[in-house]
Amino acid sequence: MSDLVLLGDEAVALAAVHAGMTAAYAYPGTPSTEILEFLIRYQRRHGGPRATWCANEKTAYEAALGVSFAGRRALTAMKHVGLNVAADPFMNSALVSIHGGLVVVVADDPGMHSSQNEQDSRYYADFARVICLEPANQQEAYDLTREAFDLSERFHLPVVVRLVTRLAHSRTSVRVGDARAENAVAKAPVSKEWTLLPGNARVQWRALIDRQPEVDAWSEQSGANRLELHEDADDLGVITTGIARNYYVENLEEIGRPLSHLHIGAYPIPVGLVRRLMRQVSRVLVLEEGYPYVERLLRGLLPSDIEILGKSTGTVPPDGELTPDLVRHALGLPERPGQSMPGFQVPSRPPQLCAGCPHADSFAALTEALDGMATPVVASDIGCYTLGALPPYSAVDSCVCMGASVGMAKGASDAGLRPAVAVIGDSTFLHSGVTPLMDAVAANTDMTLFILDNETTAMTGGQPTILPPSRIEKLVLGLGVDPAHCHLIAAHHRQAEANRALVERELAYQGLSVIIAVRECIETLKTKKKAQG
Amino acid sequence: MKFDIILAGVGGQGVLSVSAIIASSALEEGLFVKQSEVHGMSQRGGAVLAHLRLADAPIASDLIPHGCASLILSMEPLESLRYLNFLSPDGAVVTAITPVQNIADYPPLDELLDRIGKLPRARLVDGDRLARDAGSARATNMVMVGAASHDVPVPAATLERFIEKTFAPKGEKVVATNLAAFRAGREAAL
Repeated sequence: MSDLVLLGDEAVALAAVHAGMTAAYAYPGTPSTEILEFLIRYQRRHGGPRATWCANEKTAYEAALGVSFAGRRALTAMKHVGLNVAADPFMNSALVSIHGGLVVVVADDPGMHSSQNEQDSRYYADFARVICLEPANQQEAYDLTREAFDLSERFHLPVVVRLVTRLAHSRTSVRVGDARAENAVAKAPVSKEWTLLPGNARVQWRALIDRQPEVDAWSEQSGANRLELHEDADDLGVITTGIARNYYVENLEEIGRPLSHLHIGAYPIPVGLVRRLMRQVSRVLVLEEGYPYVERLLRGLLPSDIEILGKSTGTVPPDGELTPDLVRHALGLPERPGQSMPGFQVPSRPPQLCAGCPHADSFAALTEALDGMATPVVASDIGCYTLGALPPYSAVDSCVCMGASVGMAKGASDAGLRPAVAVIGDSTFLHSGVTPLMDAVAANTDMTLFILDNETTAMTGGQPTILPPSRIEKLVLGLGVDPAHCHLIAAHHRQAEANRALVERELAYQGLSVIIAVRECIETLKTKKKAQG
Repeated sequence: MKFDIILAGVGGQGVLSVSAIIASSALEEGLFVKQSEVHGMSQRGGAVLAHLRLADAPIASDLIPHGCASLILSMEPLESLRYLNFLSPDGAVVTAITPVQNIADYPPLDELLDRIGKLPRARLVDGDRLARDAGSARATNMVMVGAASHDVPVPAATLERFIEKTFAPKGEKVVATNLAAFRAGREAAL
């Protein structure tokens, strides 16, 4: 046993190592990125376990599933929207008979610090009928991740560990235990249990349903679910999940009377514990980060004698992340005034492209070329270049999900908006942009794909792109893009005039063209130079 | 004992390094520490905020409640005012005075510094100048650690030890510059 100072993400990563994990796979995504970054550093220092970035969350998930099939323990990590990408293997892996422990760490981003939505991964775990563990602090992130591997092997299920931004990116002391050895290689004994032909899948689905009572019974007695009943406190009860407990505890002293309290850190929801709490109280306040998941289950469809307070009643806001102050308000405690400066509004300072960023030169070429056109459309994507939506560029009409720029530009062009441009980064293109480009090639869609190749995954801190940048042009040509309309340019202000002219030419061309604008991200360049001294 | 610190600045100003040095020093002194950071998109030239909580008993929330911070330590003057609602009525503001004017509606600097000066406990430090005098304009954040060191419940010697440890991989000269920056900040804030 020893104490280490770890981010929530790092506590999860180290727990996986100590649980005898053989391999970890992920695609970078805030706030989950530091899990693999920690494991990659660990592998460099200690020679293992294997930790690898993948093309996207789906390929990462499938690699982890293969490790489990081989009888060994695997972890895959992603941000919440990454689970949408990996949803296909995730949902179906609940039906196979998981062999080596498979732990799926999903970091939700309530408040959308670095995301386009605040979806709640507990619904996914419920949807797939698998166990979900929701640590409240860094120590639990460590302990529950270790336990997740054991549970996965015990119930032959993938186990979800749900983090949220404030836990993933907060650091404190964690007591860590001894390392367990890795599992030996041992192929899953029954191939039928992994081959989801309809006939086999029906059997597996039924087996999953039949296992449910056993999983429910486990949840009732799990140490992560704790009920504290006070017989004389019969009015208000509180249910907390995950880190909401911290905000409740932060305010507890001032409440001045004991409240009956159920904390939920393990799902499926422990119905027996909920029932025992509800017998004791006339009102229950539900505090949970994300969607009102527990609250909606409690409320059900029909009215109940017990008043349920939470996001649906406006007792806590239905959107954004919780804070100690929002929970304080929900508990009926008075606001704690801070200092203020009446009559002075601090202007907002949104993120922006770094000075000298190659994307700035690409957007300059694009906006100049589009200037004066009646109905241009610029569909963009997920990455630093999304900041091209903000002034001074204001060059972007859409940003929806990884790879959407390419498909959306195709659809907009098909519908009659011209010129149609897709702007996507190198890493996002390799993640999800290649398949929609096939659609555009097949139809020779009148659109221009602008690949901003800064040779890295910049937004999440400069992880290497899965393929070296030199391969992107070959890949594009290999798909069948006309070489006369596939161009490699330098994203540099010295080339401004030539770049603008080229973009103009390709916008005018009535067919598919691809422009790959290359220049290394100035941040990764700086880091490299520093490392070289 | 509880001591909550709001650390503010603009992406790239070394807010996280400041947080790490104070946090490591507090741990060394046997305090409980929680350090909440911002990663990802907002780091790109935007407003950066870190919550650093020190206490002699276990800390529940990673976030500082409103009205509870003992100190706002800011690397930039405008940013020192962004989180005033977190500052306790008797809390202090320690801020560098050099602006990062990367937004169109940045208020006039004189007016801004004047406003900060009128807060109950404000300390304005010419971090950039002191850092340059110490040997590197990049050491402004260590000047600010020094300027805050009178308030932070950690001995200056411990902070110095962690500054040494942090910069040791970059060589003796960098260590010396950052220690000088720390001391200059500490002296300026007396």
